[in-house]
Amino acid sequence: MKDMTEGYTTADGRRIGPVLMEMKNITLRFGGVKAITDISFDIREGEIRAIIGPNGAGKSSMLNVISGFYVPQEGEVWFKGYRRGPMRPYQVARLGISRTFQNIALFDGMSVLDNIMTGRLTLMKSGLLNQALWWGRAEREETEHREKVEKIIDFLEIQAIRKTPVGRLPYGLKKRVELARALAAEPKLLLLDEPMAGMNVEEKEDMSRFILDVNDEFGTTIVLIEHDMGVVMDLSDRVVVMDYGKKIGDGTPDEVRSNPDVINAYLGVAHD
Amino acid sequence: MFYREAGDFKTSYADDSQTFPIRFDRLRYYAVVAVAFGVIPFVINDYWANAVFVPFLIYAIAAIGLNILTGYCGQVSLGTGGFMAVGAYACYKLMTAFPEVSILIHVLLAGGITAMVGVLFGLPSLRIKGFYLAVATLAAQFFLVWLFNKVPWFYNYSASGQISAPERTILGHPVTGAATTASAKYLFCLVILFALAWLARNLTRGTVGRKWMAIRDMDIAAEIIGVNPLTTKLSAFAISSFYIGVAGALFFAVYLGAAEVGEAFGIQKSFLILFMIIIGGLGSIFGSFAGAAFMVLMPVLLKNILVGQFGWATDLAAHVELMIVGALIVIFLIAEPHGMAQLWRLAKEKLRLWPFPH
Repeated sequence: MKDMTEGYTTADGRRIGPVLMEMKNITLRFGGVKAITDISFDIREGEIRAIIGPNGAGKSSMLNVISGFYVPQEGEVWFKGYRRGPMRPYQVARLGISRTFQNIALFDGMSVLDNIMTGRLTLMKSGLLNQALWWGRAEREETEHREKVEKIIDFLEIQAIRKTPVGRLPYGLKKRVELARALAAEPKLLLLDEPMAGMNVEEKEDMSRFILDVNDEFGTTIVLIEHDMGVVMDLSDRVVVMDYGKKIGDGTPDEVRSNPDVINAYLGVAHD
Repeated sequence: MFYREAGDFKTSYADDSQTFPIRFDRLRYYAVVAVAFGVIPFVINDYWANAVFVPFLIYAIAAIGLNILTGYCGQVSLGTGGFMAVGAYACYKLMTAFPEVSILIHVLLAGGITAMVGVLFGLPSLRIKGFYLAVATLAAQFFLVWLFNKVPWFYNYSASGQISAPERTILGHPVTGAATTASAKYLFCLVILFALAWLARNLTRGTVGRKWMAIRDMDIAAEIIGVNPLTTKLSAFAISSFYIGVAGALFFAVYLGAAEVGEAFGIQKSFLILFMIIIGGLGSIFGSFAGAAFMVLMPVLLKNILVGQFGWATDLAAHVELMIVGALIVIFLIAEPHGMAQLWRLAKEKLRLWPFPH
């Protein structure tokens, strides 16, 4: 495995920076059940890092640890070179970490535009009184952020539905709107929990393209959970493999693919 | 025909996000405001003020307040009557303690005091949701009514246990007390409603409103994108209670003149205002107006028809009226569960295409 603290350049010419986030010996328990046992890995700036594993391996729990839903009983989370204490999810969001959910978690009663605007909350500063009078900063801010949001709408090709209530959209578009909302926060680190679950081939291709474009154009670091092996192997720079809450493999897609433990646990053993 | 967005191009984001993006809508709004301020005050008489307009305006304020909390932020409250009582008693204490200060300031201060009480009773919302929160706010309702009944300090130790509003003037015109004219009552309430509705619209269209709605639609997702649930829920409770407090103060000082807490601000008031926002439309400022209009006008209308047209006895009419209003609510909710605001939206969508079917 490559070991360069300053990062490296990938085969397709993308620059991977130094370590952005490091998980050190994370253990997460629910009562007597160990969801995650002593897992360490790092995430480098600008890379696409996949977490794979069979159902119940603890992948989503890991994502929940990163985004602050769960506080691990043991271990340390380091972000941008600082140790992160126990934090509420909204505080984590303000650090520049945003995510999407396995089961879409959009605001159904609001329009697509409002959903994405909500994603920019952490960047908006006008106070309550200012808002109430709709004067000065509040109005200016609204227009500025609308402009940024429109760029994301263009980027994800959802112009036609910007004023549609989210509840009326089909599944594939909802997934895209959720990605848009996460992107609107201009995150340093973007967590995607099964962004392609339940999609057809065409939708998967679209989504893959968007993920690569986000990484390429905005330089966003992406952590991805996905079951579709083809997608994972194509998209990601490095892969963590989990099974029963333990890490059983970590490395480039090629390294992971040839790791006997991984083959055993997940990719399947060839029975002669 | 009239209601068209074709040819009405928006060239800035500010234009695109204005309250009435369609020209016809905007003109209609200006017309309504012009009639409300320029025509009605000159033609209004005591009957119309007391039976229709003043209660409508005051209930509209309360409905906007409850809609902010329940419709926008998703926190069910059954404590509206209690919070109105806080506004009324705060206003009464302020009016009698500082007679030289303007009544307008008293009304706003009463709202502020109610906001603080609202935040206090809103604290459980951080732990409990839905029906359980409704029960917690119900406790607020009963506690507050009990408090104003049992502690004589609140009603200045009056023998009857009632509070009654002394005469106060604005610009030389009395707005409370027996000498108040119909148009003074109407204008006083209208100005406050107009300002508060405008503020509510601004709050709900921007960041604050989005935070509320995010908490309402999916609180976990809201937290993950950076909404602090504590401050967001409490701000909804504070602002909602401010509105309800102002409504309570006006209800007592301008509309009733004298009030007894259990009678004026009992649990039925909480339900009445909840009905208003459910029938009008949750999460809609227009819905608050429509719901208040429905609940105020329908009984008056029915009474006029039953007693005036059919010549029924008033007590019989009063009972039948209750039944009809109840039935109407049920029928209405079956036909359109999202309230009158939704009907209005659908009508507008149809009108956009009219007279062509597609």
